Amino acid sequence: MDTVRGAKSVTRTGPIIVVLLAMLVVWYAAAIGMNAPWQTTLNTRAGLADVPFTDFALQTWAQDRPVLPAPHQVLGEIWNATVALELTSRRSLAYHGWITLSSTLLGFVLGTTLGVALAVFIVHNEAANRSLMPWIIASQTIPILAIAPMVVVGLGSVGITGTVPRALISMYLSFFPVVVGMVKGLRSPESIQLDLMHTYDASPWQTFWKLRWPAAMPMLFASMKVGIAISLVGAVVSELSNAAGGGLGVRLLTGSYNGQTIQIWAALFIAAALAAILVMIVGAAERMVNARMGARPA
Amino acid sequence: MVFDAFEQGRFMTPVVSAQNLGLTFKTNDGDVVALSDVNLTINKGEFVSFIGPSGCGKTTFLRTIADLERPTSGKLTINGQTPEVARKARAYGYVFQAPALYPWRTIEKNVALPLEIMGYGAGQQAERVRRTMDLVNLSGFEKKYPWQLSGGMQQRASIARALSFDADLLLMDEPFGALDEIVRDHLNSELLKLWDRTQKTICFVTHSIPEAVYLSTKIVVMSPRPGRVTDVIESDLPKERPLDIRETPEFLTIAARVRDGLRAGHSYEEAV
Amino acid sequence: MSQLQYFLALVAGGLSAAALAYSFVTPFEQALLLKAFLALGFLSLIRFFVPLGLWADGAFALLGAVAVLTSLGAFAPPLPFFWMAVVVAWLFAWLFVERLSKSLAPRLSDNAGLGLLVPVVFGAALLVIWEVVTRGANVPPVLLPAPSAIGAQLANSAPILWADFVQTFIKSVLPGFAIGCLSGLVVAILVDRSPFLKAGLLPIGNFMSALPIIGIAPIMVMWFGFDWQSKAAVVVAMTFFPMLVNTVAGLNASSSIERDLMRTYAADYWQTLLKLRLPAAGPFIFNALKINSTLALIGAIVAEFFGTPVVGMGFRISTGVGRLAIDLVWAEIAVAAIAGSAFYGVIALIERGVTFWHPSVRGGRA
Repeated sequence: MDTVRGAKSVTRTGPIIVVLLAMLVVWYAAAIGMNAPWQTTLNTRAGLADVPFTDFALQTWAQDRPVLPAPHQVLGEIWNATVALELTSRRSLAYHGWITLSSTLLGFVLGTTLGVALAVFIVHNEAANRSLMPWIIASQTIPILAIAPMVVVGLGSVGITGTVPRALISMYLSFFPVVVGMVKGLRSPESIQLDLMHTYDASPWQTFWKLRWPAAMPMLFASMKVGIAISLVGAVVSELSNAAGGGLGVRLLTGSYNGQTIQIWAALFIAAALAAILVMIVGAAERMVNARMGARPA
Repeated sequence: MVFDAFEQGRFMTPVVSAQNLGLTFKTNDGDVVALSDVNLTINKGEFVSFIGPSGCGKTTFLRTIADLERPTSGKLTINGQTPEVARKARAYGYVFQAPALYPWRTIEKNVALPLEIMGYGAGQQAERVRRTMDLVNLSGFEKKYPWQLSGGMQQRASIARALSFDADLLLMDEPFGALDEIVRDHLNSELLKLWDRTQKTICFVTHSIPEAVYLSTKIVVMSPRPGRVTDVIESDLPKERPLDIRETPEFLTIAARVRDGLRAGHSYEEAV
Repeated sequence: MSQLQYFLALVAGGLSAAALAYSFVTPFEQALLLKAFLALGFLSLIRFFVPLGLWADGAFALLGAVAVLTSLGAFAPPLPFFWMAVVVAWLFAWLFVERLSKSLAPRLSDNAGLGLLVPVVFGAALLVIWEVVTRGANVPPVLLPAPSAIGAQLANSAPILWADFVQTFIKSVLPGFAIGCLSGLVVAILVDRSPFLKAGLLPIGNFMSALPIIGIAPIMVMWFGFDWQSKAAVVVAMTFFPMLVNTVAGLNASSSIERDLMRTYAADYWQTLLKLRLPAAGPFIFNALKINSTLALIGAIVAEFFGTPVVGMGFRISTGVGRLAIDLVWAEIAVAAIAGSAFYGVIALIERGVTFWHPSVRGGRA
């Protein structure tokens, strides 16, 4: 049985690895092509003619401010900006990553709590359902991220600065998927299941904890995955409006002002890795809860 | 004329002929023998029922005729051709367990689907749709969508879809299995009339003994592990069959023989 | 009436009485309408003897809103009884909505007109409270301007807002959205033919959908320049993956019976694709289109934070914040909100027309 499962995971990861390798090859090739014009200019200036192609390729992969940095340059920058630096340094990506992560997490926790609470209220109150739900759904179509700088500056003007305003943006963003998902999840029990609880004369409280809440778990985790990803986006974007505050968004911004492409890519990679790790943590929590609830492994 | 001789020769060949047919599925838990050493001949105009408990290979046999499964041993011909050639020649219409009507198409558009695929002109499509809808008593429901119809009407529409391109062979895989008994009786007698009118060859999979006996000229009893044919019963019931024929001694005799055949091939101790 | 309704009615009436008593500290002719409203609110307590219809509560709420808005400038700063009146008006609105929903609930969604009234009342109440609180409590406009101020700005700077809308929505969002969705769709169809590519690309596509793709904005600005091309590129990158993932899932949504059926007709690949698999994928494709309509606008606006010519919604927001031209920023946000929901609404309408057959649209069960 174990060998079968092992074989299966190989056939599953095999294609992914091949596609990733292909992307890597394309990236290196693109780096040559996109950095070539500038490299040619440099070489002409230095009086170098007829540089062999392999040398030329290596040159394009080692520029200071390439149009497209090669993957190993980005990884090198990440290494230099994390492990090789003091954590408190203003140039440390770990320092900026921590700023982003802390507002992401704070916002996510607040947003999820608020979202679940509101969903419970909506499911149990018809007036709340009818008056709130249309607005919640409609407000999802609004580019809320556009308000981010507004909120940061507005709160800053009344003396609220630092993590909290940014976390509020993240909260606002992660709150929507959680409300919508949880309302769906809490309503997912079928009418015969509700009728069964009714025949037991179960209190609303019992119906909630023994039927609605467990039934809503799959939706909760699905929306939490969306919520934490968008929470990170909110944190990064809200950092753009205050360059002094730090964070991965600020690294993107200063990188773009100074033409430091390698720095931009490094910050981008860290943000992507953070998003991936956070989503994976939610996924792991989901599997743990599923296992405790006796659900079949998917 | 050569052409005549050819036509006549075709007439003489059986519609379906299986010789030592076998089919083995490979699964994670080892091989499953779905069909083993099946020998069967179905002639033009016959109504053949396949009956047996689940896992006896009756559906698999039908799917093999339709070239939806490939046999692993033996020989199978449809009108003297391989199943694949027969499928590409659109030699049969297939009715599935579920109506499988496309919800985004009206009933008439669903019936026209095979005609569109086979490249019929618009005029001919309309004519054939009208005729087959009439044949299954669905006239007047052309513009409805499938979900607006009852289960029985949906299944009738799917039969119309299988008839629309006028293939001589009709393969039906438990078409009325999901319907209630009253609707089912009604559709059974309608199917018999339709068979009489169109002179088609019908292969019909079922797990209901009365249904098999009521409809068929030939009943193929099958049993599982491995899937095989245990009995072939030629029915001598008259072609005209009112529903109350099911209370006659002749009917009950055949039904008893089918039941014996099923019991012989199936030991309940090994049933899971 | 339910327990909650009794409670709301009691508090509304009692608070009216208290506020009315308080209001006698001011000259009689000042804020007359407000006092009339409070008196009526106090009189509403007769409902415990004579039943009052739910529309009476609606009328009280409406009167309250008008009274509160018109007497905003009457005292500066507003006296406590003014805030009590605001609360009373809110309570009447709540009571109205509560009773209306209860009377609608058993009849479900068949009375669309009245059903629509509930969220409209809620939205209007929110706007009134926003207006009253920002102006009455002198909230600094930097924090939150009053809706009336935003509305005035909206009317005053229409040409600027229109230019920004054209730059951001017409030039960046629409082409980016079209290219991103179309290429996602095409790649999905191509990938679908190869199980190997599907197994390799799909998890990566799923993964990419969770990443902060918006972060590539500065790179795109470097590659494609300050104008709309770089914004469209960001939009393409953001919309591509949701479309890819959803379409691939949708192409597999047809059942095996439906696919067997096409096989019995000896239908070729393209016939199966056009007649079965693409229509069956419709709901999935529209799901991606709806997700993407929001993503596209966000992508274009945020990308403008990284550099633009001196026009565009994102540009206006980021510079407006810097110059503390807050009303203009909020007007721009209002335009973005209207554009975003209209874009989404149009796609949702088309979806209703195209995938009318799907259980989620026709409101039935599968």
